[in-house]
Amino acid sequence: MSDVLVYVLHYEGAFNKNSLGAVSEGVARAAEVGGACDAVVVGGTDLSDELCRTLGRYGARRVFRAEGPEGLAQPVVDVMDRVIAEHGHRYAIFGGGLLGFEIGAGLAARRQAGVTMEVTAVRADGDELVAERPILGDSKISVSHYRGGLGIIIGRINAFEVRESGSADAEVVDVAVEYSPWSRQAEMVSRGEQRGADVDIEGADVLVAGGRGLGKAEGFELAEALAAAFGGNSAVAATRAVVDAGWYPYAAQIGQTGKTVSPKLYLAAGISGAIQHKVGMQSSENIVAINKDANAPIFEFSDLGIVGDLNKILPKLTEAIRARKAG
Amino acid sequence: MKICVLVKEVPDAAVEKRINASTGRMDRSGEKNLNPYDTHAIEAAMQLREGGLVQVDEIVAVTMGPESAVRALHKAVSLGADRSVHLSDETLAGSDVAATGYALAKALERESPDLVLLGQQSDDGECYTIGAVVADHLRMPSLTQVVKLDVDGDALRLERQAEYGYDTVRVRLPAVISVGDAINEPRYPSLKAIMGAKKKPLETVDAGAVGIDPALVGADGSRVQCGEFKDPPAKAAGQIIEDENTDETVEKIVAWLEERKLI
Ligand SMILES: Cc1cc2nc3c(=O)[nH]c(=O)nc-3n(C[C@H](O)[C@H](O)[C@H](O)COP(=O)(O)OP(=O)(O)OC[C@H]3O[C@@H](n4cnc5c(N)ncnc54)[C@H](O)[C@@H]3O)c2cc1C
Ligand SMILES: Nc1ncnc2c1ncn2[C@@H]1O[C@H](COP(=O)(O)O)[C@@H](O)[C@H]1O
Repeated sequence: MSDVLVYVLHYEGAFNKNSLGAVSEGVARAAEVGGACDAVVVGGTDLSDELCRTLGRYGARRVFRAEGPEGLAQPVVDVMDRVIAEHGHRYAIFGGGLLGFEIGAGLAARRQAGVTMEVTAVRADGDELVAERPILGDSKISVSHYRGGLGIIIGRINAFEVRESGSADAEVVDVAVEYSPWSRQAEMVSRGEQRGADVDIEGADVLVAGGRGLGKAEGFELAEALAAAFGGNSAVAATRAVVDAGWYPYAAQIGQTGKTVSPKLYLAAGISGAIQHKVGMQSSENIVAINKDANAPIFEFSDLGIVGDLNKILPKLTEAIRARKAG
Repeated sequence: MKICVLVKEVPDAAVEKRINASTGRMDRSGEKNLNPYDTHAIEAAMQLREGGLVQVDEIVAVTMGPESAVRALHKAVSLGADRSVHLSDETLAGSDVAATGYALAKALERESPDLVLLGQQSDDGECYTIGAVVADHLRMPSLTQVVKLDVDGDALRLERQAEYGYDTVRVRLPAVISVGDAINEPRYPSLKAIMGAKKKPLETVDAGAVGIDPALVGADGSRVQCGEFKDPPAKAAGQIIEDENTDETVEKIVAWLEERKLI
């Protein structure tokens, strides 16, 4: 019997989409190795019976619910450790994101398990699950086989599709956990702070995205002018590097801890194309990149790449597009 | 307070990273350097020391790796660490993330640090997770991707971007913190510091000296086996324009966009 356990993250009474994807994946793969998929949730009173039961829609059999702090990894490690010790799950799957990485790694230490991160595919090989992870800038795929009692799989964001395969309610099982002393050393002061203006980029057809290559906060004026020249439904997006630096609002961030978009045109200026950025924009219909470094990873997945200085190119491109629109 | 900083030697960014087909491990020949993400961790330690809100008695750089990894330690010392510890042993070769984290935790245990700092990722392994593994073995709290770190009484106040925006967390020490590259701008080492780095104490320890259980490390002790490598599905290469004459470049871009009805 090879049961799978999935951690399901929630925020303000709603489950995280990537977690639901992980449940869907866990359900499908567990069935192939003769097991079932259970979920773990940790939090406060917003984890109502009603909400937890809805995980049955994605095929979850049971939902182990523990009362505990939200947004921190180690309390969840305590809970999952306890559930696995009692119920003997063979695999743990996470949908990715910051907490998925932290919980998965902590759990690997706690239970002497193998862990693979950034997984893009899971498949059954006989009665075992194997995980595929792209490495070296996605130029190779490494295949993980697990030895020992528990195998931990941390998905890449958006890797697992959400599928409503179930019809019955999931059974809700309350677990009482005594948190380990080191789990209690960290305390959430404030969670989910939105920094900067509340901009809407998800519906845009054209996104002009800027990265550290814009040089400074004011550099975003170049991106804004170009977006304005496209007119209509266009907007400006950003990388985490520039959001962390305070150059542009968090709401405009693309990537692993930001938004996932697929506009008709994604024009990246001064963006290196890190994996965590790529996962949020790779399904855009057309990708154009401007970068002065010919070896920048972004050129590996651009439809049109321009090797050059954005300070020279963007103003002229803006002018040309404006002229075209006017003509 | 005693701070340990985890550092790693990685292939230089300019070296094309690849898998050695005969060993199934990363080819680590060629130019190597201190993992650039780790310089932010050393800088964070230095800023805590210089900030004066806590007394930092010692900053110790710790690495696990082959003989050549001493160069990463010298670099760490030139950036401000007072001394270094090099965990080096044949039996550790081929350790997976969980085994590496366990081995590092054993080396750290001996130092009893109040704070362990590390980089958000290694340039070659890119696992983002060593900190969380190390922390649980040390029975310490762990937070990763920290981009702001302030002293708050006898605790630290940290900020980082998580799934739903920025989180602020207060953590009591001892703790393991991995820092993001937006946390600071690492300083350049002075010539004097570079010259003096080799004179600072460097201790080399083997697995036995720090009490590592050989059954839990190395390729055999690792719970993940990844000997098999595949090529991803081939993707048609995009068109590349080298910008030599910007007016012409812009014309080409506009034509390309028009062809696809994007303007
Ligand atoms: C767990 C985790 C989650 C993350 N989540 C996200 C996320 O959600 N979103 C995200 O974006 N990142 C995320 N990151 C960070 C990511 O790994 C990269 O660090 C980040 O995307 C880099 O941003 P950048 O491309 O703006 O900066 P850089 O990587 O510094 O790239 C700047 C580029 O600009 C080019 N450039 C410089 N000057 C010019 C010029 N004058 N003209 C043209 N080109 C120029 C340079 O050649 C370079 O390629 C995450 C990282 C981790 C570890
Ligand atoms: N062999 C090692 N020795 C010391 N520190 C390491 C080692 N491997 C990883 N680290 C630390 O862990 C961080 C994250 O690495 P990784 O989890 O491999 O992406 C790095 O920035 C280093 O600070």
